[in-house]
Amino acid sequence: MTTPVKSHIALRRNISSFLYRRSTVYLLLLLLPPLLWFGIVYLGSLLALLVQSGYTFDDFSMTVLPVFTWKNYQNLLLAANFDIVLRTFAMATAVSLFCACLGFPIAYYMVRYAGGWQRGFFYIAVLLPMWASYIVKVYSWTVILAKGGIAYWFINQAGLGHALESLLALPFIGGNTLSTSHLGRLLVFSYVWLPFMILPIQSSIERINPNLLTASADLGARPGQTFRTILLPLAMPGVVAGSIFTFCLTFGDYIIPTLVGPSGFFIGTMVYTQQGAIGNMPMAAAFTVVPIVVIGLYLTFAKRMGAFDAL
Amino acid sequence: MPALLKPVTLGALFSLLALTTAFPPAQAAEQAGEGKLSIVAWPGYIERGDTDKNYNWVGEFEDTTGCKVTVKTAGTSDEMVSLMNQGSYDLVTASGDASLRLIAGKKVQAIDTDKIPSWHTIDARLQNAPWHTIGDKHYGVPFQWGPNVLMYNTNVFKTPPKSWNVLFVPQDLPDGKPNKGRIQAYDGAIYMADAALYLMRTKPELGIKDPYELNETQYKAVLDILRQQHPLIHRYWHDYNVQMSDFKNEGVVASGAWPFQVNMLQSEKQPIASVIPREGATGWADTTMLGASSKNKVCAYKWLEWSLSDKVQAPLSEWFGANPVVPGACKAKAPGGSDFCASNGYEQFSQIKFWKTPQSQCATQTTCVPYSRWTQDYIAIMGGR
Repeated sequence: MTTPVKSHIALRRNISSFLYRRSTVYLLLLLLPPLLWFGIVYLGSLLALLVQSGYTFDDFSMTVLPVFTWKNYQNLLLAANFDIVLRTFAMATAVSLFCACLGFPIAYYMVRYAGGWQRGFFYIAVLLPMWASYIVKVYSWTVILAKGGIAYWFINQAGLGHALESLLALPFIGGNTLSTSHLGRLLVFSYVWLPFMILPIQSSIERINPNLLTASADLGARPGQTFRTILLPLAMPGVVAGSIFTFCLTFGDYIIPTLVGPSGFFIGTMVYTQQGAIGNMPMAAAFTVVPIVVIGLYLTFAKRMGAFDAL
Repeated sequence: MPALLKPVTLGALFSLLALTTAFPPAQAAEQAGEGKLSIVAWPGYIERGDTDKNYNWVGEFEDTTGCKVTVKTAGTSDEMVSLMNQGSYDLVTASGDASLRLIAGKKVQAIDTDKIPSWHTIDARLQNAPWHTIGDKHYGVPFQWGPNVLMYNTNVFKTPPKSWNVLFVPQDLPDGKPNKGRIQAYDGAIYMADAALYLMRTKPELGIKDPYELNETQYKAVLDILRQQHPLIHRYWHDYNVQMSDFKNEGVVASGAWPFQVNMLQSEKQPIASVIPREGATGWADTTMLGASSKNKVCAYKWLEWSLSDKVQAPLSEWFGANPVVPGACKAKAPGGSDFCASNGYEQFSQIKFWKTPQSQCATQTTCVPYSRWTQDYIAIMGGR
């Protein structure tokens, strides 16, 4: 009875001393599963995507041929396709800016003024919308923004009906009604992604020493000056970190554009149509490369701004 | 999707039961079903009485065959093709603009009509229809057909609009206000055929013979009229729920639609009616097709046979506003007691141009503009180009 147990212990000891002496092997064993996941699932699918984007799509038989071509990328520059890229880019930028403007005061209040139960309340209030299903929220927005909906009711009660009409008549932000306008789409996007903006800003403001603001006031700076020269630069990494989320999430979304806002595709809806409707995988892949490149550039910019320290 | 998962596990349980109880003694001749069946369908096609308990043609099927049915609805033909590409569904109710693509993509398999005793009862005009027949092989069983109607608000149109031009040409509607911002178009590229059909009657000099077979000149004219339509459009509708809400809350008064939305809105007592204008209409003729990698073929064949019975054809026609593929079903009684064949245009079969996938090889021209270009260009038009 004793010998198997002893040999068992000896084996374990051997293994552990082997791993102790060859620490690189030990490290490799630990890292292997995540590396495999990263290598195969992440990079592998990315590589498959890049390869696909160079395939030829035959218009006549509507089939994909594994013959290399640059044509898909050239097609990206066609006016109608480039519109889609620009439209998505503009919306992602607008949503990030709007979320930053909304999120900053809320985050500032959470850090500087809310204490005890108030702070807990704010955390829950910011995160609460994320507990509900994304689809349900977007569908309810289509009802809220409809002409017979509650938003119009409030606006008309406030006597601002005509102001809204003239706002919707403006190019780029307007549309037929609130729920078919870029403005309405911006509101829904901002509602859905706002928590992702507030939390990083809040954590970066938390790290600013309050004495700096007091010192600035003592030295005669007006509140606006303090904001511009002290608070905003120091909180900037948080803003940029938040905008990474809002920007990327808007850039890739394909559900909100189909339910709210004017006609005209986003990159997400275009990819969905290309692969679903006509089986044009190569074109869908080429469109998918656009966000990868844009977001890659954006992350490089964000890193320069020190955004990753605020995450 | 827990709601979808539940019936599947139930179905698995059911099949286990069927194995242990029913299998051993006498049932060897009658093949036992696999206990489950998944169907990709248009919304409203496969009803189990959830919306209205009188319209249920799944319950009895499940009770008699032991095949638990799960349904995945799709809003456009493109969605159907993409769902079938995933390969895990048994049946799909494909329209003509999806069926040929599914056959070409080998996503569906030919069926053995001998295994479907009611096959001979099918309307002769549909039995060998080109959207499911290749050579002498049938890739599905006809299910229902119907027109894409012009849905309108009866408070605005006291008399039904006579022409599709209320959707294509800027004009004042009978209530004195312009149609701009109060009309909708479908967001699938197949909608270009509606424009082609309109031009076929209003501009005969173009010589369009078939709205799905267009040469370059005809195609350009179609693009032009759709570009003219773009600024008038309130929204390109994709989701029938959103469209119904737009008619109720957004002041939309006219659009191409399925009879399904018309029936739903009328049942909510909304001032809505529909018409097939003088140019005729595009329509769908749907076929239940068997997935290439279906694992539940016995249940699938049982459904194909069941789908032709009056107990499916009659209530479905009334519910969806469609027409039966079995002429005898016209005489069967539906839960609402209406004469559905008369109201849904059973006699107008010849006026309807059924959806089919535009292909470069075509019968009425030397070459035609293929569907991939329709999609590209329609995307551009919806984007305002």
